Amino acid sequence: MNHLPVLPILLPSLSGILMLLPPLSKRLTVQRWISWFVLIALVVIGGLLVLHAQRQTLTYALGGWQPPFGILLVVDRPAALLLSLTAVLAFCAGLYSAGKEDREGPFFYPLFLFQIMGINGAFLTGDLFNLFVFYEVLLISSYALLVYGGGSAKSKAAFQYVTLNLIGSALFLVALGTLYGTVGSLNMADMSYRVGLLQPEDQTLAKTGGLLLLLVFSLKSALLPLHFWLPKTYAAASASVVALFAVMTKVGFYSICRVFAGIFGSDAGALANLATPWIWPLAIATIAIGNLGVYAATSLRLIAANIVIVSVGTLLLAFVIGGEHSLSIGFYYLLHSTVVTGALFLIADLIGTQRGSAMDQLVTARPVIQPTFLGGAFLVTAIAAIGLPPLSGFVSKALLLESTRRIAEQVWVWPALLISSLTALIAFSRAGSTFFWNIATQDSSGGPKARFTQIIAVSILLSLTALMTTFASSILTYSEGAARDIRKHPIHIEGRIETDRSQVHEAHKS
Amino acid sequence: MELIFALCVGVMTSCGVYLCLRGTTFTVVIGLTLLSYAVNLFLFASGRLHLNAAPILGVSQQIADPLPQALVLTAIVIGFGMTAFLVVLAIRTSADWGTDHVDGKPQAIENTIQQESGRS
Repeated sequence: MNHLPVLPILLPSLSGILMLLPPLSKRLTVQRWISWFVLIALVVIGGLLVLHAQRQTLTYALGGWQPPFGILLVVDRPAALLLSLTAVLAFCAGLYSAGKEDREGPFFYPLFLFQIMGINGAFLTGDLFNLFVFYEVLLISSYALLVYGGGSAKSKAAFQYVTLNLIGSALFLVALGTLYGTVGSLNMADMSYRVGLLQPEDQTLAKTGGLLLLLVFSLKSALLPLHFWLPKTYAAASASVVALFAVMTKVGFYSICRVFAGIFGSDAGALANLATPWIWPLAIATIAIGNLGVYAATSLRLIAANIVIVSVGTLLLAFVIGGEHSLSIGFYYLLHSTVVTGALFLIADLIGTQRGSAMDQLVTARPVIQPTFLGGAFLVTAIAAIGLPPLSGFVSKALLLESTRRIAEQVWVWPALLISSLTALIAFSRAGSTFFWNIATQDSSGGPKARFTQIIAVSILLSLTALMTTFASSILTYSEGAARDIRKHPIHIEGRIETDRSQVHEAHKS
Repeated sequence: MELIFALCVGVMTSCGVYLCLRGTTFTVVIGLTLLSYAVNLFLFASGRLHLNAAPILGVSQQIADPLPQALVLTAIVIGFGMTAFLVVLAIRTSADWGTDHVDGKPQAIENTIQQESGRS
């Protein structure tokens, strides 16, 4: 059996536990090097999985227990893509954290690795209940990382974030119970087969369960009525943590894809495309409210947080309109937006530290110490985030606009996307001119310079945008396949399940 | 049995939701605890309610579905851990802000007003 698929979960969890134990628990430098090593290993594993998944979908039955009763990990193209994205982003965030954050309290790296374990698990699992478990793993580490370093702003934001997510978890369990009670399985491949065979009297209940799941995932991915937690939380946490959080909303998006294209997809009989009429207007409204948030933002971090909201709306829009083609562009946009917002949060933090007490707020303050590096990095990120040529933002937005041509919803999609680009343009022009030109004349000694690791982290993320533009065509070919994998489950286990079930029923009767 | 069970779940959920909507962290924590109890019961019932049924083949006439029981066990453990974390966080918040209001606001605003009027 090929053990590669389980490594993205095992490696961070084992090394995280190791770092909590006495010989390493007090030695920050050793912890730092171990985490960097693990994160690089995850990048390599992610790359290998991408190559594997291109040929065929890998499945891994934990402990050798066969599905649908055992726990199944599935590595298909979308899972492999997101795994490597998480690994790269996490590596950059880990590098950045060596600047100052990892010294603000104990056990930064174990928490960081546990969160990566949860995120990877959520991407890999082929079972809805394990999706819940991995969600909880990533959430509890995110709670701890959010308050990491302490401070009253963090603890208040964290209390609200934790409460919301606990209510979300309760709803998740209710949805799982409802679905298990009606569909009779929690294995995603099995469910997608069984949903089509539901009796009419069970359909309403299954629909309720499905829509409850949509509610939960919308909370995680910050869809319109449930997005209010995001700006506050992202503005409070420390920079490398937020850079990693940039991938968390994408976990919600990925789950929505898995459930509402995989299980309740077009083959689901009476329950086909269950969520489309809901996601569709909400996604447009999310883009609108995100844009308003960008205008209202008072700091660069808030601008970035609201851009995350806009990107969630755009992603979901790509998911509901135009089928596989626009979903594949959605995956490209996902890679682009995660990397760019991650970089933006890091740059905001660098600018904030160098401007002293003004932080990254849009007010006149003393100049930054390294205007060339920060200005250049800010310019590149802004170009990518706005969607100006030549960087990846332009490629993804142009393709997305192209894919919605000649369909009825074009009237809604085009203004939403174009106006959000305009909004970003205005916001970044305002922020950039405030930070780099509108400076107080009296020069002061200023804050600390950016450290070497921080510069490396930002540079890697920025070069990734350039790379994504250069290799756009091969990434798009891959994401076409990813969109196909999302729509249909390539694992066939129905026959075995039926025999197992009939045995159970016979045992029932006897 | 079904009616009593459903009533238990319903009453606990509504109490939980009511308490979650209150303004102080303590009641919110209690509300979330009630909510997670209700959810655990609900999850347990998703395998259907049986009397005298073991989740093992060949022991009794009827067989109960063992999967929801395993799910509930997991959910209880996770819910317990999360509640413990939230309690600590709530204590921390009230220490940081000097109030246990979920927004940390009303008392804080009052305090600043008092401080400012004291200064002037």
